[in-house]
Amino acid sequence: MEDKTIVCRCSDITIEEIRQAIDDGYTTFDELKRVLRTGMGPCQGRTCMPIILRELSIMTGVPIEELTPGRNRPPVNAVSLGAIAEQEEDHE
Amino acid sequence: MNKKADIVIIGGGISGAAIAYNLALKGMKNIIVVEKRFIASGATGACGAGIRQQWGTEMNCKISKMSCDFFETANETLAYDGDIEFKQGGYLLLATTEKEKAQFERNIKLQNSLGIESRALTLEEAKEIVPMLNTEGYVGAAYHAKDGHLNPFHTTLAFAKAAEKLGVEFMKYTTVTDIVVENGEIACVVTDKGLIETNQVVNAAGGDSQHIAKMVGLDLPVYSERHQILVTEPVDPILSTMVMSFTGNFYCQQVPHGGFVMGRGDAGEPRDGNINSGWHFLDEMAKTITKLLPPLKKAMVIRQWAGLYNITPDRQPILGPVDDVKGFYLAVGFSGHGFMFGPATGILMSEIIMGEATSIDISALNLNRFEKGELVFEPSVV
Repeated sequence: MEDKTIVCRCSDITIEEIRQAIDDGYTTFDELKRVLRTGMGPCQGRTCMPIILRELSIMTGVPIEELTPGRNRPPVNAVSLGAIAEQEEDHE
Repeated sequence: MNKKADIVIIGGGISGAAIAYNLALKGMKNIIVVEKRFIASGATGACGAGIRQQWGTEMNCKISKMSCDFFETANETLAYDGDIEFKQGGYLLLATTEKEKAQFERNIKLQNSLGIESRALTLEEAKEIVPMLNTEGYVGAAYHAKDGHLNPFHTTLAFAKAAEKLGVEFMKYTTVTDIVVENGEIACVVTDKGLIETNQVVNAAGGDSQHIAKMVGLDLPVYSERHQILVTEPVDPILSTMVMSFTGNFYCQQVPHGGFVMGRGDAGEPRDGNINSGWHFLDEMAKTITKLLPPLKKAMVIRQWAGLYNITPDRQPILGPVDDVKGFYLAVGFSGHGFMFGPATGILMSEIIMGEATSIDISALNLNRFEKGELVFEPSVV
């Protein structure tokens, strides 16, 4: 993959920046997220996570199935504050 | 082979990192920070990351001012290769009752006497600072221009990296399982990666501080309560100021990156270490904030999360040595404002540990205040 290829489209992070951060010792998805914002944007990691996990696996030698993909949090999809505020409370 | 250290700091959040950095700066060698996960993975990384100096107790005012002064030049002081993203957009505090307004006036008098240039505002003046503000239900405001926000991960990493350059060792993904005390003195720290022989331990374990203290037989008068937050998709800057109300029970600000970060407390929040996200918070938060700042109806919520407030009976931290266990120090119970106090915590705790006179007299924050019954209650918390 070209070094300048954008891996995180929410925060414009390139594969080069991800490799550099892994080199710097940030060797989990959660740590990379906090340093680079990968996975913090509107897609919540749906785009970047598989690519980052693969890169982590290649660079650290840890099989991809043993890597932790970070914690999923609600909401599943972005929802406006207005829509949440105006909804009927029928989810009890 | 066992490791040896002159001091072991438990917790790699802002407090632990800042204490390690300051101790190393003072020339202490063989400092080990033990962190269960990674730097800023606990309460520090989950916090709202606002910093303010508008407090109701003298201690909290002094500690927060000392910290804010440090933040202003932290990138340079810590020679950080990144950016801590410090923004001073001010804090606007809103009062819902005449009683709270009077409390603000008392706080402002105290703050002004300590060099914090906060001031009371009418609701009209508040609207000049935040034009989108719906002041319905509020009676007055307080404002301080030098309060603000910074990136909690990069700030903590800045301290940690500066500490590492001075020789501090960070043991990440390492859990403390026991602390051995012999004849009333710390003897060693037991971790899942082996023993560390040491005579000094700092408990900077945030939401786990009471569990760490138990290991030396100490019952701390603290509990860890879940506090929830959400963030919206980033948009162009439209709100420079933190808007907050203690009785209104919310805080909200647009961070430099563009997202709105907002949170509130709830009396029913769990106190068992649970940091899952809940629907109730999302509902209440959305209702409160869209009424207060109507344009935010269109803001898209992309993520909720939660962290633990380590809360003391008087909402002030516990800082200092412990009478019963020699070599055991506490930097705990920050009650939701440990991040913004971080720089001062580092300076003051390192002074105490090195046996120096402290820059601010914090003897009133010692654990023994609870036994003596000498509490000064902080009125200004969400």
